[in-house]
Amino acid sequence: MSDEKQMSFEEAYAQLEDTVRRLEQGGLSLEESLALYERGMELATLCMEQLDQAELRVRQLIPAPDGGMTTEPFEGWEAS
Amino acid sequence: MFLQDDLLQDVWVEGEISNLSRAASGHYYFTLKDASAALSCVMWRSQVARLLQEPRNGDAVLAHGYISIYEQRGTYQLYVDSLQTAGLGRLFLEFEALKARLKAEGLFSEERKRPIPPWPRRIGVVTSADAAALRDILRTLAARYPLVDVVLASTLVQGVEAPSQIVEAIAALNRWSEKHEPIDVLIVARGGGSLEELWAFNDERVARAIAASRIPVISGVGHETDFTLADFAADYRAPTPTGAAAAAVPDAVELRQRLGELLSRLVAFMIQRLDTARQDVGRLESELQRSSPVALIADRRQRVDDLTRVLQMHIQHDLAMHRAQVEGLRARLEGLSPTHVLRRGYAIVQRADSRQVVRSIQQIAPGLHLRVRVADGEFGATARDVPEQEEDDE
Repeated sequence: MSDEKQMSFEEAYAQLEDTVRRLEQGGLSLEESLALYERGMELATLCMEQLDQAELRVRQLIPAPDGGMTTEPFEGWEAS
Repeated sequence: MFLQDDLLQDVWVEGEISNLSRAASGHYYFTLKDASAALSCVMWRSQVARLLQEPRNGDAVLAHGYISIYEQRGTYQLYVDSLQTAGLGRLFLEFEALKARLKAEGLFSEERKRPIPPWPRRIGVVTSADAAALRDILRTLAARYPLVDVVLASTLVQGVEAPSQIVEAIAALNRWSEKHEPIDVLIVARGGGSLEELWAFNDERVARAIAASRIPVISGVGHETDFTLADFAADYRAPTPTGAAAAAVPDAVELRQRLGELLSRLVAFMIQRLDTARQDVGRLESELQRSSPVALIADRRQRVDDLTRVLQMHIQHDLAMHRAQVEGLRARLEGLSPTHVLRRGYAIVQRADSRQVVRSIQQIAPGLHLRVRVADGEFGATARDVPEQEEDDE
């Protein structure tokens, strides 16, 4: 389930599409169909949750003390 | 001497640039000269930043500013606030020549253009951190696809220093992508402005940096009608910064619709699948009953019942037919019955002695007693007026 939380929206969406396609192709037992159905429901929920909970993360690239680059949060763009 | 002269506060001077030097402070010092005279000039860094092109020695220019005294040297100087290339159109001729050259080189060709990934996870943005364009981009991304991660490389977007900063920002984001976190797409953008303000995006270095970026680039410079070399070099040209952000990510509203569609298909399929399963169970049940002995007996019983019902139906049908036949027969028989005939007015005549039915006058003699039978009874009669019979043997 921890892997599940790591799954990107893109992956979850692609798996959901695949699950629906496999179901609709038919030829599956009732148990297999039910398992795929439940999996599809999980994936759809995961996708919806990700869309609902996501907040745009913005960082700015700045020079690092070691001469390389680092990032710092970029805030305040939402105001005004 | 003429320090207070208003005329010297608004001066145009035409000439050729020479002795150009750029101080560490960013201010420019040069001499404007023509065939017969020379004038010292200074241009502050803030004014230099608004130039479209770096001034060069030998450039024929039209300078605007005010004349004042540089007291330490006691000389008059022109404090330049704007510098136009004399001979209008040099800029555009250069622009057109550069565009043609880069095009011939294949920098703008369609085959070079890479697809924009449909599901980016990280987006690099090259624009000014202070400008409205950045807020437009970030708000659009947040509204459409907040799942994305944004890395901003802030740059100047106008003035002579802008091109090198834009080039460096593109390079820095490419390095960041390779060393730290992969970036899927870059947005190079600037809000609307005058032609001069957009000029940095016509710089050859910027166009080349966009083409050389290993990360696909979406450009969004100026307004709908502005086409810069950066736009031609980009993998995808959006009309505005907002348009660039929209082109970079899918739309969550559309995604929700597509998710809803997939969910309905999932549920619809399962309902149908369960229906099929229910029918299968029903079929199995009846198959099971058919092959069990108890069911067999019940089945036989039902068949007997069925047959009985069929028989009864036949029987009733037959009976009805018989009845009809019987009725017909009776009617025919009734037609044949003597009483029926008598009802129509006929009578039967019998000899009273022998009860013999009289069919011929030869059976009759005058005075003979007869019985006459009509429909509702009989009565006696005596024969008379019997015709004479020839050769009567009796």
